[in-house]
Amino acid sequence: MVERIKTGDGGIILTTAEDLVNWARLSSLWPMGFGLACCAIEMMGAYASHFDLERFGVFPRPSPRQSDVMIVAGTVTFKMADRVRRLYEQMPEPRYVISMGSCSNCGGPYWEHGYHVVKGVDRVIPVDVYVPGCPPRPEALIGGFLKLQEKIRKDRPLAPKLALEVGS
Amino acid sequence: MRFSEIVSSLAEEFGEETLVAADEAAIQPYIEVPAGEIAPVCRFLFEAPELFFDFLACITGVDNGPEKGTMEVIYHLNSIPFGHNLVIKVTVERSPGNDELPKVPTVSDIWRTADWHEREIYDLFGISFERHPDMRRILMPADWEGFPLRKDYREQLYYHGIKVAYEDREDPGKFPGNMQTGFDISL
Repeated sequence: MVERIKTGDGGIILTTAEDLVNWARLSSLWPMGFGLACCAIEMMGAYASHFDLERFGVFPRPSPRQSDVMIVAGTVTFKMADRVRRLYEQMPEPRYVISMGSCSNCGGPYWEHGYHVVKGVDRVIPVDVYVPGCPPRPEALIGGFLKLQEKIRKDRPLAPKLALEVGS
Repeated sequence: MRFSEIVSSLAEEFGEETLVAADEAAIQPYIEVPAGEIAPVCRFLFEAPELFFDFLACITGVDNGPEKGTMEVIYHLNSIPFGHNLVIKVTVERSPGNDELPKVPTVSDIWRTADWHEREIYDLFGISFERHPDMRRILMPADWEGFPLRKDYREQLYYHGIKVAYEDREDPGKFPGNMQTGFDISL
């Protein structure tokens, strides 16, 4: 068996710029650190040591200016909807939204007679991934992040818009 | 102190005509007083040394619906040192006319806890409490239209560009307005 000494030089990776950008983006999805209701408890559980979302590069940020993804974890009331929209608008692009739990997916238990709940946060901001559950377990949220990573991996951030239109 | 003793001491202080109704057989025995009398009656119940209702446990709002045309406010009182209870009801006209709200005098100057209770009743039922220090909505947004727990409440179509009504896709005729999503954001 030949012993290979790691010298650090001579390493070459061949890839496309687009793949590299996508890989960087999907490997460090920083969510905005906020929660709205009981789903936020599961979200915090997902951040903590049992599930450790940080192994996926997911690390909550205290400011929307530093965030890539917004996890809408909980019941969005009409009073909160304005604030959610403003926080979303404060995030730099590219930005993504994960809607976590039945309330923010479709109004949840407040669906028809809940006068105070927005019937789905997608009436306020565009949503990339919906995570079902009431509340979803941390595994489900991790699954949502994996779906989002899949979506970003297929993205074409550097291709000219025209080429995309012709290609489609 | 027993319910009958409380009733008789109230009748002694305010006269029989103040007690619109008194029902001891109810699960929670209650008295009913005219809306205008609620503040002095509560003041007396709080201050009289043998009654001393020092704890307002809750205030309830009730809408009896447009057919009956009345609304009720129900006060649950406790005396912590004496351990006796009393329920007081007040009935008011649902719509006194000219889009005015029904009015009930505040008891927030007697029990501070009534402040937020009365604001919540104002928020959800649209009963205005006279001489309340801060009569505005407590839960719903300040610019919300209507009072959600009224029997004839219809939610508004849009709030700040967000569609309000739930869409039942299997029954599109159920709600007014168009069925397009309320997605309305300018980026």
